[in-house]
Amino acid sequence: MKKWLLRLGLFLLALVVWLPLWLLLTGALMGKGELLHNLSPVLGEGKGFASWPLLPQFPTLRPLVELLLDTPKFFVMFWNSCAMVAPILLLQVLIGAPAAWALARYRFRGRDTVYFLYIVLMLMPFQVTMVSSYLVLDRLGLMDTLWAIILPGAFSTFPVFLMHRFFAAIPEGVLEAAALDGAGGLRSFLFIGVPLGAPGILCAVVLGFLEYWNAIEQPMTFLKERSLWPLSLYLPSITAERAGASLAASLVMLVPALLIFRFGQRYLEEGISAYGMKE
Amino acid sequence: MKRHRRRRTLAPYLFLAPSLLCVSLFVLLPFLDAVRRSFYSAMSGQFVGLQNYRTVLHNAAFRLAVGNTLRFTLLCIPVLVALALLLALLLQAAKDERGVYKTTFLAPLAIPVASIVLLWKVAFHQNGMLNSLLSHFGVQPVDWLQTDWAFLVLVLSYLWKNTGYDMVLWLSGLQNISPALYEAAQVDGANARQRFFKITLPCLLPELFTISVLSLLNSFKVFREAYLIGGDYPHDSIYLLQHLFSNWFTSLDVDKMCAAATLVALAVLLLIFAMQAAWGRKENR
Repeated sequence: MKKWLLRLGLFLLALVVWLPLWLLLTGALMGKGELLHNLSPVLGEGKGFASWPLLPQFPTLRPLVELLLDTPKFFVMFWNSCAMVAPILLLQVLIGAPAAWALARYRFRGRDTVYFLYIVLMLMPFQVTMVSSYLVLDRLGLMDTLWAIILPGAFSTFPVFLMHRFFAAIPEGVLEAAALDGAGGLRSFLFIGVPLGAPGILCAVVLGFLEYWNAIEQPMTFLKERSLWPLSLYLPSITAERAGASLAASLVMLVPALLIFRFGQRYLEEGISAYGMKE
Repeated sequence: MKRHRRRRTLAPYLFLAPSLLCVSLFVLLPFLDAVRRSFYSAMSGQFVGLQNYRTVLHNAAFRLAVGNTLRFTLLCIPVLVALALLLALLLQAAKDERGVYKTTFLAPLAIPVASIVLLWKVAFHQNGMLNSLLSHFGVQPVDWLQTDWAFLVLVLSYLWKNTGYDMVLWLSGLQNISPALYEAAQVDGANARQRFFKITLPCLLPELFTISVLSLLNSFKVFREAYLIGGDYPHDSIYLLQHLFSNWFTSLDVDKMCAAATLVALAVLLLIFAMQAAWGRKENR
């Protein structure tokens, strides 16, 4: 009896997540005519209420094909998103991993100060650093370029914190053995730290991807030029008449995020609970 | 031997240098510069003391935004933390299907806000699906997004997207409770309710504070959900600090922004110190 109640509760709660995802999928498969007919009360002058059928009457791949083949603008936006996210993640790891290694495996003067500073900076919301970032970017002439998004993102201290947690968990004995074999600081980092701390690096990459694939504030603030906008900012501003293209684009935007989520779920969970672990 | 020692002391600085240099030049020093600017007039460059702060604190938009932001956090964060705990407990009880449901509740975290904008619009519009559903019960249609109801929609959307995050935090807290405690309780004849109130809840109490503060800090990202609901011109009830910042940015009110950024930074810093104090207490116990 109790088990039955539990299952029902979980199922109903899960429905809240499943339903929007399902509607997004069916919406992208609706033909143009059907879509306009269903949504005209919201998008245009149609009377009555909008409806969004659980199953499209005439499912078609046309909107998706049209989007992928005949909409060069879409590719620009998609490319902007990639050209923003990829360098951020790459730089975060290249610059952040050695720093995390230093904080995790060495005792040196100023270590605690730097570590505390990094935690404080990581917890500061975007709005706090918005003006100061603007002043720097403006002076460097980087406003309205993708670098205005990439550089502040690349220097985020959150990935350093995450990787630090994983580097610190590597047993001391492994490193002592390597040192006895004559491995120096750099070799220990590259051949022991990086492979053993790889889950931490993956955590940073997965969380970073989801964060920047969904970026709205940063491009909205630093990119006035619409042709540079990533999908995450462009899609909400798409006009009602192009609802078909918008839904297809939503689906295309959703797929990479869900794939990364599906295969990186373990790292996502570990990355989130890294906060909970004490020093 | 001496050479070896020196290399040892130099290595961490070399590892740290690129990151620390970039962070200092791009984030830390510019922010300190912004704090300095908050005491100067952007127009004349003269020292004006606390004048900018006075202007900001008396600004009607600032008051509206702070009020809404506080209302949002005070209402949303407790519900978020409680709902996440409920989900975590349900997951813990459901043995076979735990994996599926965990994935399900985490999924919204990965869903980009941009891809659900149109769906939300169709759902909450005056002629939308929610009103269509309610009309069967004789409820008059409401424009959910452009009236005071927008606030409720914002809270629900935020919960929808972020509860999974806190759920993971609670789950790792639940995992840390020693099974021996439950076994001992069972031997003593404690029933499920007693076990929950005498073991589970007390053991989770230290987590509660950490999770609440983290949720509070994370809640600054609510701008994304607010943008999903209100776009550039949201209803007054969901006009948040984040909107205010982007408005001031558009009009380039640098001195006002510097003062407001300093105020927000101070608030965040206070929260961090509170969290640190709690962590310290936990360690001393």
